[in-house]
Amino acid sequence: MEQSSAIRLENVTKTFGSVVANKDICLDIKRGEILSLLGENGSGKTTLMNMLSGIYFPDSGKIYAYGQEVSIRSPKDAFDLHIGMIHQHFKLVDIFTAAENVILGNSNDKKENLRTATARIREICDKYGFDVDPNQKVYNMSVSQKQTLEIVKVLYHGAEVLILDEPTAVLTLQETEKLFKVLRNMKEAGKAIVIITHKLNEVLDISDRVSILRHGEYIGTVNTKDATDLSLTEMMVGKKVSLDIARPVVEKKKPLLEIRDLTIRNDEGNVAIDNVNFYIRGGEILGVAGIAGCGQKELCEAIAGLRKIENGKMIHQGEDISAMSPKQITEKGISMSFIPEDRLGMGLAPSLSITDNMLLKTYSEGKSPFVDRKRGRNEAEKIIEDLDVVTPSTETPVRRLSGGNVQKVLLGREIKSGPNVIITAYPVRGLDINSSYLIYDILNQQKQNDVGILFIGEDLDVMLSLCDKIMVLCHGKVMGIVNAENTSKEELGLMMTGAINLMEARTTDEKKPGIAKDSNIKEGNHE
Amino acid sequence: MNIDSWIQWFQSAVAFGTVIMFGCCGEILTEKSGNLNLGIPGTMYMGGIASLAGAFFYENACAKAGITPNPLLCILVAFLCAFAAGAFGGLIYSFLTTTLRANQNVTGLTLTIFGAGLANFFGGSLNKLAGGVGQISISATSDAFRTTLPFATTWGSIGRLLFSYGFLAYFAVAVAVVMAIFLKRSHAGLNLRAVGENPATADAAGINVTKYKYLATCIGCGIAGLGGLYYVVDYTKGTWANDGTIETLGWLAVALVIFTTWKPLNAIWGSYLFGMLYWMYLYTELFGFTLSRSSQPIFKMLPYIATMLVLILTSIRKKRENQPPANLGLPYFREER
Repeated sequence: MEQSSAIRLENVTKTFGSVVANKDICLDIKRGEILSLLGENGSGKTTLMNMLSGIYFPDSGKIYAYGQEVSIRSPKDAFDLHIGMIHQHFKLVDIFTAAENVILGNSNDKKENLRTATARIREICDKYGFDVDPNQKVYNMSVSQKQTLEIVKVLYHGAEVLILDEPTAVLTLQETEKLFKVLRNMKEAGKAIVIITHKLNEVLDISDRVSILRHGEYIGTVNTKDATDLSLTEMMVGKKVSLDIARPVVEKKKPLLEIRDLTIRNDEGNVAIDNVNFYIRGGEILGVAGIAGCGQKELCEAIAGLRKIENGKMIHQGEDISAMSPKQITEKGISMSFIPEDRLGMGLAPSLSITDNMLLKTYSEGKSPFVDRKRGRNEAEKIIEDLDVVTPSTETPVRRLSGGNVQKVLLGREIKSGPNVIITAYPVRGLDINSSYLIYDILNQQKQNDVGILFIGEDLDVMLSLCDKIMVLCHGKVMGIVNAENTSKEELGLMMTGAINLMEARTTDEKKPGIAKDSNIKEGNHE
Repeated sequence: MNIDSWIQWFQSAVAFGTVIMFGCCGEILTEKSGNLNLGIPGTMYMGGIASLAGAFFYENACAKAGITPNPLLCILVAFLCAFAAGAFGGLIYSFLTTTLRANQNVTGLTLTIFGAGLANFFGGSLNKLAGGVGQISISATSDAFRTTLPFATTWGSIGRLLFSYGFLAYFAVAVAVVMAIFLKRSHAGLNLRAVGENPATADAAGINVTKYKYLATCIGCGIAGLGGLYYVVDYTKGTWANDGTIETLGWLAVALVIFTTWKPLNAIWGSYLFGMLYWMYLYTELFGFTLSRSSQPIFKMLPYIATMLVLILTSIRKKRENQPPANLGLPYFREER
């Protein structure tokens, strides 16, 4: 079947100051096709797509839509060309209902009102199999519901070209499959679809062709059926890489951190972590899987001493840390690094330099009333060298670094303090393959140094090959703690949604899951 | 006797409330676009002095020509001057914060200082033209604005309670009602709220964020300028005094915005309540005690305390609909990442 071109880019270039984000990019997006856009962090994928959606305007080059040369100067122009983009950060107004979000903007249809819009939203939902309640407020929606709403919004406005920027980053396996089914339906309906994702298995699964960018330059386009994950990575990185994640075997140590009957409430006062038991040994990576917002953040905050616990104990090497201040807990050797969705929110002060961020952790060690900047600078230099951080200097504000480098700085600082327990949440969130593997290596190195690691992650494939054990949370409850070698993605996915609960199945066992046989907690002081 | 005091108290509360209702409604419209305009007191000053100047020159011209000023023209001149001056203040603010992306808090506070200085400078000059300090009077305009419905005097208590005010008092209520309908029901209102909540989303939906911000701010400031107009022609009955009362009222209008949780309908009863609280110190006899002069200011604080209580209550209840527009006070730049 001959496919007609929907959008064609010719030698498109965009620079930000002295940084070239896109250089001479040529791209062909066809109707009835799903095109993957692949590239490392900072390779210019989002910038390129933002030029189609009217956020940026190219410095040079031509854009053709449906065969005609066009100039997209604003989101309104993109809108009129039926180009719809679903951004990584959803473009939704939280306090509006679904229907209100959909009719936002200047409609050409004068008769449009909330009632007609609601009816049409229902129609679209029926056609593609979406589940959206037009009268639900966005702030009451889950991440996947919000994304569905974004797609409905784009379809409502009659988009012919659909661009999705990392749509699966926040979805569970099941939700991703549902999304892909919808995308295939839309492809059948003759729409042109561009999908940006870091996950190679998804690229191979969903797309017809793959276009690859590297450092803002166009490398090439291949048919998906001729590609493998290795060949794609090679094009993306520019050299051969190994895609295996090592899981070094380390001799088991006594439990370092033990959590008993822990219950925590979230900011709204609801139970976020419900009666949770688990322990981490030295030289072990315990993965925590769960849909976003299942109490992961609250758990991290509680262990770091930032959140009051409702009930239960946290024992570190036989010592109760539940009532300690964050500083005391850090001094015990427990380090926490949490990468929130916006990737800058916690741990680093974005406007301060790398040096200053180093000093945030060590300022109290000096005796003099003045800050020892030299030492901080040395530490910063060491991290930049060890972890290969790309930065103009140690005095560059952290905010200006790219996502991957920010995360390296954060993790580097935490590891530098020589912790014995590392709590790390989403350390590779939004990172490309290369940077991700570097982070896995760092964690494995720490594991071999007998550090106990709690790894809160989202990519099940990675967790299955990196972690020794995986604990699955669903609405704050533990659904089971399984050996990574004896489980499957499907089982974990079902546990994440609460369809399987291993805890219930195992109540008759003599050994309760989550409690170590050689526990430091003496039964005498355990109520 | 007692009834009379209650009615008097309510009447002064309405006069007071009308001034801040204009300011409050204007600021709600402005804040819905994401602009936190702390220049409202200055804008009210500008509206006040512009209406005074306009009316003064019109009445002077009439006096020179030897004709009596036309009440309708008096109203029109003063009204337009106040609105235009207020909108001009909004234009300055919009240009600085939206186009040049200056800090909104600093710009707003500066606008307040600018407005107060400008108004007091011209207030002094006008007084001089009129023959000396406190000499200026625009009696014809003031009378026109203060004309009440005929049955205000014949309907007894009800008439005094509800119909004894100039048309601006009712106009303020109408503005609040229309604004509530606009924000809640109209398409443009929905777009405006989206701009204040999440300008990037509004932009991606094809809404002209800059246009909405400019229009909401300028019209909002124009409405706030009407607060100054009411103050000059009705509250002080067409005179000018450099005593800073407008500024006090302006800040109360800003506080009232928080009190209303950004809902214009709440501004109607909220402003009268603020008026009752503000004037309470004169009517404490109704509650069986009298105040010494030195303890009166404590009672003048009541509106602020009410605002703080509302702030505490809304933050405890955490209802999303009662929160300020999410992007309030922040600049928007499309290409910023």
